[in-house]
Amino acid sequence: MTPLIFLLASIAGGVGAGLRYLVDIGVMSLTRGRFPWGIVVVNITGAFALGVVTASIPDAALVIGAGLLGGYTTFSTAMLDALALWRDGERPASIAHLFGTFAASVAAALAGLGVGTLV
Amino acid sequence: MTLRRLLLVIAGGMLGTAARLGIGLLIPNAGLLPVATLVANVAGALLIGVLAARLPFDRLRDRGGDIRVFLGTGILGGFTTYSAFAVGSVQLWTDAPLLAVLYVVMTLGIGLAAAVLGMRWGKTKRRA
Repeated sequence: MTPLIFLLASIAGGVGAGLRYLVDIGVMSLTRGRFPWGIVVVNITGAFALGVVTASIPDAALVIGAGLLGGYTTFSTAMLDALALWRDGERPASIAHLFGTFAASVAAALAGLGVGTLV
Repeated sequence: MTLRRLLLVIAGGMLGTAARLGIGLLIPNAGLLPVATLVANVAGALLIGVLAARLPFDRLRDRGGDIRVFLGTGILGGFTTYSAFAVGSVQLWTDAPLLAVLYVVMTLGIGLAAAVLGMRWGKTKRRA
């Protein structure tokens, strides 16, 4: 990784984080209740997009993949959200959040890799 | 949401992403296992546990300080990644299914345990 690519990927990660912030707020304003749909949507769409990028433009793996989409999606908040649901007594929702996010993200990644191969 | 907060998230996300890329340069993958992603995700889960215990934040109502948004949503959000975890698991599955299962169990299991540990640690420190 050249210093320029490192810098570009980091900047792209910042843009991705900003995008996540906006999508989270947007999705949460459309939903009711305490279930953290915002970050769920972010992680599933991000997994799909990374699948597409990985299969179609491997040259963009660092800047668009590790940078933009790595910054867009988040693992730490996903863990925190699952724990928060559990602590609020919403245990079925917590378990559904943990495994549902993973299953849906893997399905999205597979779909993305498939689409990316066709492109 | 304010423009100031959006800019704080972008700045934090840049720093967190740079740190994640740095870990990728420092830690070579053990065979096929994406060790760097695993380390970043587990470390980020631990740190967000500490942060959540020390600086409570209601994301739903956007109630929390600028520092919390910068550190949590920005830095730790950029530092950890779910997309690489998902795509990495799929790719590992085609090459080494058993290792892929191990990777997923370790990421989710240790990640969750790290967040719980971080929360406890953060609370103890605040009491002290």
